[in-house]
Amino acid sequence: MDKTEWKVLKEIADLEKTPQGAYNFRLNGQLDDRKTTEHIDIVSKTDKPGINIIVQPGTKNESVHIPVVLSQTGLHDVVYNDFYIGEGAEVDIVAGCGIHNTGCETSQHDGIHVFHLAKGAKVRYVERHYGEGPGTGENVLNPKTEVYLEEGASITMEMTQIRGVDSTVRDTVCVVGPGGECIINEKLLTDGAQRAESNMEIILDGADATGRVVSRSVAKGESVQVFRPCMTGRAKSFGHVQCDSIIMDRAKIKSIPAIDAQDLDAQLIHEAAIGRIAGDQILKLLTLGLTEEEAEEKILEGFLQ
Amino acid sequence: MLEIKNLSYEVQSEDGRLGILRDVSLTVPRGKFVVVTGPNGGGKTTLARAIMGLVTPTAGQILWQGRDVTGLSVTERAKAGISYAFQQPPRFKGLKIGDLLELAAGVRLSHDQQCQYLTRVGLCANDYIDREMDASLSGGEVKRVEIATVLARRAPLMIFDEPEAGIDLWSFSQLTRTFKALHEEGDATLIVISHQERIIDLADEIVLVSKGKVAAQGPKADILPQLMADTVAGCSYMREGGN
Repeated sequence: MDKTEWKVLKEIADLEKTPQGAYNFRLNGQLDDRKTTEHIDIVSKTDKPGINIIVQPGTKNESVHIPVVLSQTGLHDVVYNDFYIGEGAEVDIVAGCGIHNTGCETSQHDGIHVFHLAKGAKVRYVERHYGEGPGTGENVLNPKTEVYLEEGASITMEMTQIRGVDSTVRDTVCVVGPGGECIINEKLLTDGAQRAESNMEIILDGADATGRVVSRSVAKGESVQVFRPCMTGRAKSFGHVQCDSIIMDRAKIKSIPAIDAQDLDAQLIHEAAIGRIAGDQILKLLTLGLTEEEAEEKILEGFLQ
Repeated sequence: MLEIKNLSYEVQSEDGRLGILRDVSLTVPRGKFVVVTGPNGGGKTTLARAIMGLVTPTAGQILWQGRDVTGLSVTERAKAGISYAFQQPPRFKGLKIGDLLELAAGVRLSHDQQCQYLTRVGLCANDYIDREMDASLSGGEVKRVEIATVLARRAPLMIFDEPEAGIDLWSFSQLTRTFKALHEEGDATLIVISHQERIIDLADEIVLVSKGKVAAQGPKADILPQLMADTVAGCSYMREGGN
């Protein structure tokens, strides 16, 4: 990887050198570097592009980094990654895709991820999407994520898209087994003519399953955002969906949260709010000596923190 | 020194021009503690906001440390050393109390420093530094954080708009001690809008603002009886003791 590609890697995975633990770097549709550990194996698929990540039962305090970097303009990279997390394992998975587009053609990455968490497994999944480059070509990221949680398994997903992605359609499905927990923290910022669509379906499929979605977004310029989070309770379960958006300039935001109870003891809540930055928030920060631009930046930074 | 000269603020109402502030003149010498009091709707908050630049007066002048600040923006006034604690402070989703204190101070603060500012308003730092300044805080908590942000600014002019509103008795005692200590340090000029006798007791001078004017100005012993008389005299029902 060259300097530019490492810079992108720093943005998406906070890496300045190869990380500790297992990793798989994908660059322009090809394997760039890989390391496995005693407990975590990474195997290339033979029928289609992508990898299987196999975490042995009982693995603790280990991490897997699987970043993707695209620096070749016009490339449409599709990758299928399957994660098999063994019983009782506890791991951090850092994914993410960064595009550096220097040309006039569209660069696109579609990451199709399927997670299978065995009984009692615990995963923290961090995914950052980022685009940059002097080119006029669009940066497109269309991730599809499916998660299957067995009894008592839990996943916390932190999905962030802060800059430079012209178009994204994110599809996330999570099926939560008995006593399992799915937490999704989504952060999204769009600007200019960017478009973002996020569809989520959380299915609480077993007794005492829990689902929480917190989505925070900022739409600037003439960008357009659409959110469709749906929480379904098929058993005695608890689900909470919270969507909060700040709208600016001439942007458009549509938020359509849905809750679907299919059991008498499913307790489901949704909250959604869209609004501009409150005038008194700006005024308060002006009285602390900030300029209007600085105040706005601090408010957005805090909101998407 | 703060000098307010012939300050007026008018708004357009159904009945024509309505004077919220009417030819207000006031001088607050450096290091003095002045309590501004008076009936609701009398113009106290508008006066405070005009000093901070949050309200643009329709006539008059504001001089701070000899400099005419009437045409300055809020940011410029803040940089010139004027600070203001809002009567109804805003909340911020995601912004932590520790972050807000640092923004106010304009520098990185150590845990100890953050702790000091919060303790002075009766908040335990360990419980609050990492909390978000959002709707999970009660009105009284937000109010106390607001006061702490002004303390963290260490500005030579501090204006507090009804700091006691919504604050419990114990925290209120802490707050009066804080105001007393600030005054004793002698560096800051303090203007506190308040109706509380325990705050009024701390002041060098009381300014009674009523119907958009400075109705009286002087030591507590002279002003308090007048305030009571004004409030009761204006209403025949109250004058007759409610009978």
